[in-house]
Amino acid sequence: MENRKLIKRGAEADLYSTEWFGRPAISKVRIKKKYRRKEIDNWIRAHRTLREARLMSKARSNWVSTPIIFFVDPLRGEIIMEEILGRRLKEVMEDISITELKRTFSGIGSMIGRLHKDGIIHGDLTTSNMILFNGMVYLIDFGLSIQSQRLEDMGMDLRLLKGVLSSAHSPVFKQAYKFLIGGYRTSTGSNATEHVLQVVEQIERRGRYARVD
Amino acid sequence: MKPAFLSLGIESTAHTFGASIVSSDGKILSDVKDVYKPATGSGIHPREASRHHTTVAHAVIRDALEKGNIKSSEIEIISYSAGPGLGPCLRVGATVARTIALHLKRPLVPVNHAIGHIELGCLTTGSLDPVTLLVSGGHTMITAYNARKWRAFGETLDITAGQLLDQLGRHVGYSSPAGAVIERLAKESSRYLKLPYSVKGNDVSLSGILTASKRLLDQGEGIRDVCFSVQETAFAMLTEVTERAIAFLEKTEVLLTGGVAANSRLTDMLRSMCEERGVIFRVIPRNYAGDCGAQIAWSGALAFSSGVQVPVESSWVKQSWRFDGVEVPWRIVN
Repeated sequence: MENRKLIKRGAEADLYSTEWFGRPAISKVRIKKKYRRKEIDNWIRAHRTLREARLMSKARSNWVSTPIIFFVDPLRGEIIMEEILGRRLKEVMEDISITELKRTFSGIGSMIGRLHKDGIIHGDLTTSNMILFNGMVYLIDFGLSIQSQRLEDMGMDLRLLKGVLSSAHSPVFKQAYKFLIGGYRTSTGSNATEHVLQVVEQIERRGRYARVD
Repeated sequence: MKPAFLSLGIESTAHTFGASIVSSDGKILSDVKDVYKPATGSGIHPREASRHHTTVAHAVIRDALEKGNIKSSEIEIISYSAGPGLGPCLRVGATVARTIALHLKRPLVPVNHAIGHIELGCLTTGSLDPVTLLVSGGHTMITAYNARKWRAFGETLDITAGQLLDQLGRHVGYSSPAGAVIERLAKESSRYLKLPYSVKGNDVSLSGILTASKRLLDQGEGIRDVCFSVQETAFAMLTEVTERAIAFLEKTEVLLTGGVAANSRLTDMLRSMCEERGVIFRVIPRNYAGDCGAQIAWSGALAFSSGVQVPVESSWVKQSWRFDGVEVPWRIVN
C-alpha cells in the first residue's frame, strides 16, 4: 500500500491506483458514511464487499469480462483487483459510431444474458460500471449483485440499464436498447428473452403513475 | 424580455387545497392553503377530501387575492394541478380553474404536480441544475434535468417515503400526514432495531420497512425505537441513492423538496453526504415543502412562457401522469 494514489471517488467507494506483487492494480475501498448509523454502515460495507468479490469471480469463471480479484478485506471494505485500462462507457457514449454502438451493446447484452443464465444478477447495470477497452466491455462494481434465477430479478436488472439509457443517454437510447436485447437473445434464446422482456414491461407499469394508456 | 405577468395557481391533488399568485419573474405574492384532516387514525378519503376542497375553494382563492393585494382582473393566466393525484380532488381544482378562466377570459395552463415541487424548489433556493430528491406522500424519486425533460434516475419501487411514515403512523392511531409526529417520537430514541435496507440499483424499496416495523410494534417494541429505526433506515437509503445519482451525473447541487423535506433527520443526512462529497445542498423552505398553490402558479408561469396552454373545452386531469414524460422547454441548462 506504499504508493497508493486516489484516482476516483465513486458514490460509495474510493478507488486507488496501486500495485499487487508488481502488477498494476486498483484498490477499491468502501468508505464509511457519516450519515448512516454505524451498525447499518458496517454491515453494508462488509456485506457488499464480500458479495462483490464472490460474484465478480463467479462471473469471470463464466466467461464474463471482469477484473481479477487479488485480495479482499471485508472489515475494511477493501478489494484489490486487476486494473482495467480503457474508459467508462458513460464517457464515450456520445462519441461512438453506430457500428461501435451495435458491437458494444450486442456484447453487453450477450454478457448480461450469460450472467443471468448462470444465476447472477448484477444489480447495478449503469454505463459507469462498464469499461470499454480494445472493443471489449468489462463489467465492474458487483456490490449490489445477487444470485437468483427469478425472472423478476433479471427483469429488474435490464430495466435499470434501460432506465439509465433513456434518462442519461436519450439520443441513442432506442438503438442501444435494441442492440442490447439482440445480444441478450443470442445468449439466452428467444423464449427466455421474451419472458424477461414481459417482466420488464410489468415492472414499468408498476411504476408510480405509469399507467400505460 | 416580455413584461412580467401574474399566474394564479390552484393545487388540489390530495389533502391540500391551495391557491397562490406568483409573478412570471418569480415573486410569490401570496400562498394560501386549507388542508383536509382525516379522522384520527385514518388516511385520506378521496371523496371526503374533494368535499373539503369544494367547501374551502372560494375562501382560499379570495384570501390568495387579498393577501397578494391583487384584483382578479390583474391575473394573466390560470394554472391548475392536472395530475398526478386523487381523481375527485383533481377534478375540484380543475373545475374551479376552468370556471375562473372562463369568467376572466384568461388562458388555462395544466401543470404536473411533481414538476411543480421541483421548480418551486429551484425558485425558492436559487438552485440551477440540481439532482433533486423529491419526497412526499405521492412521490419518492431522484431526478435531474437532461435533454428537455426532468429525467428519473431513481425512485421507489413500491410505496413512497410519505406513505411509509403515514401508514406507520396510522398503525398506531395517528392520522395522516404523520411525518411530524414520527420525527418527534424518533428524536426520543437512539436504539436501533434492524430493518430491511433495500437499495436496488438506483431505486429503493420501502414496503419491507413498513411490514417489518409494524411487526416489531406488534411484538411489543416501543414506538419511539421503531420510529427512530424507520427514519435511520429509510433516510439512509434515500441519501445513498441520491449520492449515487450525483456521482453518476457529476452534478454539483442537491435539492431536497416535497413534504418529507420538512424532516430534519433527512436534511441532516443529505447535508452530511453533500459536505463529504463537496457539493452544494439546498432544501426547500419548510412552508413550501408540502403541497401548495405556489408550485402550480410558478410552474404554470414557466410553462405558459414556453407556449403551454389548454382550451377549457379540452382541458383534462390525469390521475396517473408521470413527470418524466413532460417536456420542460423553459429550462435552458445543458
